Amino acid sequence: MTEQARIRATGPRAQDRPLLQVRGLAKTYGARIGCADVSFDLWPGEVMGIVGESGSGKSTLLNCLAGHLAPDRGEVIFDTRADGPRDTVTMPEPERRMLSRTDWAFVHQNPRDGLRMGVSAGGNVGERLMAVGARHYGDIRATALDWLDRVEIDGGRIDDRPSAFSGGMQQRLQIARNLVTGPRLVFMDEPTGGLDVSVQARLLDLLRGLVRRMGLSAIVVTHDLAVVRLLADRLMVMKSGHVVEQGLTDQVLDDPQHGYTQLLVSSVLQA
Amino acid sequence: MTQSGQYNFAYLDEDTKRMIRRALLKAVAVPGYQVPFASREMPMPYGWGTGGVQVTAACLCPEDVLKVIDQGADDTTNAVSIRRFFQRTAGVAVTERTGEATVIQTRHRIPETPLSEGQILVYQVPIPEPLRFLEPRETETRRMHALEDYGLMHVRLYEDIARHGAIATSYAYPVKVEGRYVMDPSPIPKFDNPKLSDCPALQLFGAGREQRIYALPPHTAVVSLDFEDHPFEPSKADHLCALCGAEDSYLDEVITDDAGGRMFVCSDTDYCAERRAAGHRGDMAAPFEEAGA
Repeated sequence: MTEQARIRATGPRAQDRPLLQVRGLAKTYGARIGCADVSFDLWPGEVMGIVGESGSGKSTLLNCLAGHLAPDRGEVIFDTRADGPRDTVTMPEPERRMLSRTDWAFVHQNPRDGLRMGVSAGGNVGERLMAVGARHYGDIRATALDWLDRVEIDGGRIDDRPSAFSGGMQQRLQIARNLVTGPRLVFMDEPTGGLDVSVQARLLDLLRGLVRRMGLSAIVVTHDLAVVRLLADRLMVMKSGHVVEQGLTDQVLDDPQHGYTQLLVSSVLQA
Repeated sequence: MTQSGQYNFAYLDEDTKRMIRRALLKAVAVPGYQVPFASREMPMPYGWGTGGVQVTAACLCPEDVLKVIDQGADDTTNAVSIRRFFQRTAGVAVTERTGEATVIQTRHRIPETPLSEGQILVYQVPIPEPLRFLEPRETETRRMHALEDYGLMHVRLYEDIARHGAIATSYAYPVKVEGRYVMDPSPIPKFDNPKLSDCPALQLFGAGREQRIYALPPHTAVVSLDFEDHPFEPSKADHLCALCGAEDSYLDEVITDDAGGRMFVCSDTDYCAERRAAGHRGDMAAPFEEAGA
């Protein structure tokens, strides 16, 4: 945990224990390894990047952590608000769903996977609120407007459907929709994938601001080293389902130890 | 062909009735839960009440008195055919009087006359899944019911208000049963929704094509979904019945000419007729002498 993250982290228990503890997580697809023997701690307010080439098990790992896939082995212990640390793998599904609607958020690479394309922007942002019991239309709409503003979408577009939005706007809308319930842990799967560079830069800027201001913990999966350089405090490098190197972002990127990491860092084109 | 000798009582064979009754018992035990059942082909097209007919057939006893209504009316094609079907296959007595019936099969209405203990109201249901148009996957909707994940239902109402300024859903208005399952009350007008709750009669819902049965046992609490600042409002046309002058019944709009002429009449024909027999008169009712002739 960096000094920065330590300062940012707030809340009574923040310093005492990690928000997420992963122990010996493994997932295989038949004889093929999805990911194997992954262990790490994520502290409150910390952003961790997972990098690696495609097929290295990044997304498998993220989906196992977020409860979308059932891992074959291992524990994912989340520090819940009510009961303290709980293993989310063995947790009953209703509780896990409740977590994924409140304390967790998942930003998909393709906004179409994370948004309801037939529902207006306001409805998209309001869904999580209504799922946890908000029943006042005026309040829901006010919150939706506030969040559209925070992700730099014009409030006048609140009743438009996401299909009428540009790719960058859709991604920002997806972020608003996820962060509206004030989650503590955000999973992001290639949040800037498929966007052009100027839009990527704005989105990263926005994400960084939101993460810092809300004191969020996040796990960001990406193959774009610029993204982790900007967002992540700590970095994990994966290859063939295994974690080959982890450490502080700058340390790993500036002084890569493992052969694969060296290759990865040297492959980046310098503009 | 002599009918009575050819058919089993109420058309369905006893094994099928037993299967349906088992589904019904389960449905009554878990109010609002959609119980799958092995719906049979019936001698009528899907959408004409195949689910309702099967439920009615499984409930009928020889001493029952049957009433069938379609949009509140006893004399429309659907109601007449289903009534005749059971007259031929079960030989039960039929009536148009709500109060005299023991089993009432209905399409899209709840009778105006309050139901009483011992009566069974059977609804014909086209699409039993209230979440269907929001979530097309059946596996996912079942999971949502199991986990009480009903945020999406309110998203639909939110969209209504955002687009129309008020909840524009006027029929098949979603309800929550005993604080647990969200249920589609079949396409009854939302005017009828309050009658679902705490009803002394047993209410059974049959969807033939979708192969689902669900139920509301007597005196079940049924709440229409809404927002705090946009509460549920049962609505009807703001008129009196042109025939019987009723102000509290659900009205159908009838176009009477091609120059904009229209009249509003009770959709419940039995209720309207009873009121007229009791001497109530609306604006466009026939004069006394003519009516008696």
